[in-house]
Amino acid sequence: MLILTCPCCGVAAEETELQPGGEAHLKRVGPGGSDDEFEAYLFARKNPKGVHFERWRHAYGCGKWFLAARCTATLQVFGTYKAQTPHPPAEIVEKIREARPDWQPDWSAE
Amino acid sequence: MTHTPPFRLSSGGRLIDRAWQVPFRFDGRHLKGLTGDTIASALLANGQMLMGRSFKYHRPRGPLASGAEEPNALLGLGQGGRFEPNQRATTTALTQGMVLRPQNCWPSLDADIGAINNWLAPLLPAGFYYKTFIQPRPFWKHLFEPVIRRSAGLGRAPTEADPDRYEQAYGFADVVVVGGGIAGLEAAREAAEGGATVLVLEQSPVWGGRTPTDHPGGQGAIDALLADLRARKNVTLRRNTMATGLYDHGYLIAREALADHDPNQGIPRQRLWRIRAGHVIAATGALERPLSFACNDVPGVMLASAVRDFIADYGVAPGRRIVVVTNNDDAYRTAIIAKRAGLDVPAIIDARHNPAGALPDEARALGITVLGGTGIAKVKGHRHVEAVVTCAYHGEGAPLQTIDCDVVAMSGGWSPVVHLYSHCGGKLTWDEAGAMFRPDPDRPPLGPDGKGNVTCLGAASGNLTCAGDLEHPEAPIMPVWVMPARAPYKLRAKMWLDFQNDVKVTDVELAAREGYASVEHTKRYTTLGMATDQGKVSNINGLAVLSGTLDQPIAATGTTTFRPPYTPLTLATIAAEAKAEAFQPLRKSPMHSWHEAHGASFEPIGQWRRPYAYLQGTEDRHAAVHREILAVRRGVGTLDASTLGKIVVKGPDAGRFLDMLYTNMMSNLGIGKCRYGLMCNENGFLMDDGVVARLAEDTWLCHTTTGGADRIHGHMEDWLQCEWWDWKVYTANLTEQYAQVAVAGPQARTLLERLGGSIDLSPEALPYMQWAEGDLAGISARIFRISFSGELSFEIAVPSNRGLELWERLHQAGQDLGITPYGTEAMHVMRAEKGFIMIGDETDGTIIPQDLGLEWAISKKKADYIGKRAQSRLHMKDGNRWKLVGLESLDGRVIPDGAHAVAEGTNANGQRKVQGRVTSSYHSPTLDRPIAMGLVHHGPARMGQVLDFPIPGGGVMKARIVDPVFYDREGSRLHG
Amino acid sequence: MAETLATIARIPGLGMLTIRADLARAGEALAEAAGLGLPDTTQITTDGSRSLGWMSPDELLLILPEAELPEAHEALTQALMGEHGLVVDVSDARAVFDVTGPHAADVIAKLAPVDAAHLPEGHLRRTRMAQTAAAIWRIQGGFRVIGFRSTADYLGLILTNAALPGSTLAPR
Repeated sequence: MLILTCPCCGVAAEETELQPGGEAHLKRVGPGGSDDEFEAYLFARKNPKGVHFERWRHAYGCGKWFLAARCTATLQVFGTYKAQTPHPPAEIVEKIREARPDWQPDWSAE
Repeated sequence: MTHTPPFRLSSGGRLIDRAWQVPFRFDGRHLKGLTGDTIASALLANGQMLMGRSFKYHRPRGPLASGAEEPNALLGLGQGGRFEPNQRATTTALTQGMVLRPQNCWPSLDADIGAINNWLAPLLPAGFYYKTFIQPRPFWKHLFEPVIRRSAGLGRAPTEADPDRYEQAYGFADVVVVGGGIAGLEAAREAAEGGATVLVLEQSPVWGGRTPTDHPGGQGAIDALLADLRARKNVTLRRNTMATGLYDHGYLIAREALADHDPNQGIPRQRLWRIRAGHVIAATGALERPLSFACNDVPGVMLASAVRDFIADYGVAPGRRIVVVTNNDDAYRTAIIAKRAGLDVPAIIDARHNPAGALPDEARALGITVLGGTGIAKVKGHRHVEAVVTCAYHGEGAPLQTIDCDVVAMSGGWSPVVHLYSHCGGKLTWDEAGAMFRPDPDRPPLGPDGKGNVTCLGAASGNLTCAGDLEHPEAPIMPVWVMPARAPYKLRAKMWLDFQNDVKVTDVELAAREGYASVEHTKRYTTLGMATDQGKVSNINGLAVLSGTLDQPIAATGTTTFRPPYTPLTLATIAAEAKAEAFQPLRKSPMHSWHEAHGASFEPIGQWRRPYAYLQGTEDRHAAVHREILAVRRGVGTLDASTLGKIVVKGPDAGRFLDMLYTNMMSNLGIGKCRYGLMCNENGFLMDDGVVARLAEDTWLCHTTTGGADRIHGHMEDWLQCEWWDWKVYTANLTEQYAQVAVAGPQARTLLERLGGSIDLSPEALPYMQWAEGDLAGISARIFRISFSGELSFEIAVPSNRGLELWERLHQAGQDLGITPYGTEAMHVMRAEKGFIMIGDETDGTIIPQDLGLEWAISKKKADYIGKRAQSRLHMKDGNRWKLVGLESLDGRVIPDGAHAVAEGTNANGQRKVQGRVTSSYHSPTLDRPIAMGLVHHGPARMGQVLDFPIPGGGVMKARIVDPVFYDREGSRLHG
Repeated sequence: MAETLATIARIPGLGMLTIRADLARAGEALAEAAGLGLPDTTQITTDGSRSLGWMSPDELLLILPEAELPEAHEALTQALMGEHGLVVDVSDARAVFDVTGPHAADVIAKLAPVDAAHLPEGHLRRTRMAQTAAAIWRIQGGFRVIGFRSTADYLGLILTNAALPGSTLAPR
């Protein structure tokens, strides 16, 4: 059972205090989006074995959503960070690269 | 009475107290043991070697081991609700007056009819069921399975509720040491010296593991360590606590026995510990393996270490003439201890050619014959060992000599207990020299920081010398998987691997021949290791035999997956405090006690309990609902609506936010007004509905369904925090702050006016879909003119602490008006009479508002709302979707809820095509006829057509498609 | 018969106000209006009669005698004048229990996934107790627990069960 540290209140909460929210950093597609874009937004999930970014809510705590970077295979947690972040911040990326030198971000810096 | 049982030795027994006798009953007989005995040691002291029957062949079985790995000596303990099957006699402490019942035998342990399976054994090989019961197909369901099920399962399940209490507790420690033997205690001291908080768990009531038994100075070493640890503030020593499983991020589950089999203490029987360990040290020791020789399952054939334990720890002789058979030095200790206790040891049979070294020398010096290069061809005796026949180990089993004996103490080597290490991903490596799988320290389970968080120490790491006596260096083990090495089929067919499930060497060989080469497949085909002992003593022997048959190294075969729990946990321990009244939180409204006192029959809605109906006199639920509806339609009724969600949404961007949340417009709602709104998820599907009231320029109050409050509040926060985080909106879930009462019926206004207060309730001042606040009956209240019943209706919200008072005032003031409390079912029927949809009835997570004819509640002006894009997907706009209609039964019967309307033809699976289904169906007391709503293909375009609904039990009901509004279509009543 | 591990007492008569605002901007003004120090992240400040708890990065909870609530409500609303914020009365939505006695920490440790024995003074821990949400902090002689009104019976029951005489967590 995982422990994640909520970046909003600093509490190291166990999984039973948290609510999972699936993949992080999805970009909402509204009425203007094409069928393909909307399908990708609604249904296409990465589900990788390895480095993954996820949404979690500190549901039994401060109530805030936050994001976590972890390895789905070894359950190593590279870090947690605020939900109001379009891409994983640099320090998280650095931590991941330390543990997984071959890993490459799949987004481009804006 | 000081009668000494026949097999109790006159001296020795470090764990027993000879001053205290403990009477107990076994299989109807009255026996006596001693304080400190386990059930097994007490039974053996009384000469009772036969303790159970094996699962498949009902072979007579005695104890094999002396600890948690025991596969044979399983008993039913206790009576009534306290009965527990499959309890290991070797680890259960004997208590005063215990009642023990043998299992898997009938009519008795001695005369068991099921033992006929033993004679049928040649007809029941591995995979027998799979091969035999396949054809003809229907026979499986109707004949084979019911018959097989009757004989399946080991031990009876208790039929009464468990009266004992259980609890759980959360623990935290930097270092958790599992195992209170010498390796564990030394590790604990080292960790404690470094300043860590240390928790040490020991499964048994005594500290020390094997050390005090096996090491001449062992007890002294253990006592010194314990004294050191007890003096340290940062160390906690917990006995009787079995670490059953290790999970992600150092989450360790352990069971502490507090008052096992002793209900008189009045404390919880067991406690489930949920421990968060920074680091786990598994000092869990090792388990001895049996040897595979013919008839190695006859009662009296035991592990050498177990024989030693019974003699040294309990002062019990398992037999008078003990033959030791081994492939390693350790078993010599058993021979030496037995001889010194005054028992006969006619021979040590050693598969190794020239047993030499300190231990063999000591045995020989005691006059014990050591037979090198020798094995056992077979054991003689059926219910009890009578003799062994020896043979050359490297031969085919040609008999050499017969040695009379009543116990065979065997040792095939030791296997480190690697369960905790393996539970969450630690990898093992095959140690050829030690003939064992041991933990690979380079591939441990990982913690959240990506570093190893479990370390095995002592015997658990494969270092078998740690518990033993270092003055006697040991010669190497010689791996022995089948004895004799070239045993023919006839002997191999009598060599037991898995004692509980009756899996023999030939069963594993058969599985390999039939293509089950993977160890996981072999396990399932043969049931090897699938019994309650999870193959603690059998697995390594089994996979060695498999490797031999496949002619591959054991490392290539690998092990099956180690899964928690290490030993069985009773379900009550896992449930812990969550039983009876505390099974789950029941949410109660502020008026709950009134409902209880007035005949309410409750229904669960999520965790809430809401009155379904209030039963009067001998009324049943149906009659009560009927009466309640007519009372509301004719006079006035009250519904406890406190459970409805109430979420306040405030801020400069609140209107914009609600426009995204609801399908219709909320930003343009006037202050003081109410509007019904629909909420969809991003898939476009309807997820909740309710009335929204605008409280102020920047403040709205959103009502949700009873089950929806927390979910919708979470939904709002999700969008605010994760998508539109720059919008200035705050929400607060005020569901429980307010009691809410719906006062409905033509007399509703009359009733409320009697209560007095500052609020003008006239239709002009407070028309339909508006709200007002002020004083009502001296209570600060907000009154919403909204209606779910179709009647003139006011929903009154007051602070929860005043809810009961308001409710009682209403009932006092309304007596002459026939005021009637009504429940959720009356509400459901009345809303259906009006054609109002219900979330969960008309919706099921795949319904869009357009399916329900709710286009009027979807804004055409808004560029976006959650779900809008999805509702423009092809399948959502498809004209072939089923749509909401009313259904009118043609013969006056109520159509069953959920019934499907059939269409012509069949689908690809040969099933009858369907064209609609019933979503709500009731008898309407108001109209005195059945009413129903349903979703029908092209429904609204087919008014007047008749559909066929086949019903359970045969027959077809016919219903006509009609408008879904059955009552007061003009709405004159609710506008009244 | 041994004594219960702790006394479980339901505490009536407390007023509670939920405050939501940008605490970096309005926190000090709110604390002043409440008459207490502004609590740091996951802390609770108190003067013995009133307490101000940090609930979330943008949420405080003021707990005070019921009679003082209307005035405090007004003062807090004033303190937020011109700010985007929310002050609401949640007194009736909560149930408060005091768990006091020599083994109060054992009672908490049986129900909440927190290291109760080492919960620091002045720390407010929002978590769950068995299956219901709760906030816990230390008071004189034990802990105060706030849960929801609708599940008050459940919370009271599990606390009472956990305090069963003879069931301390001390190793035996």
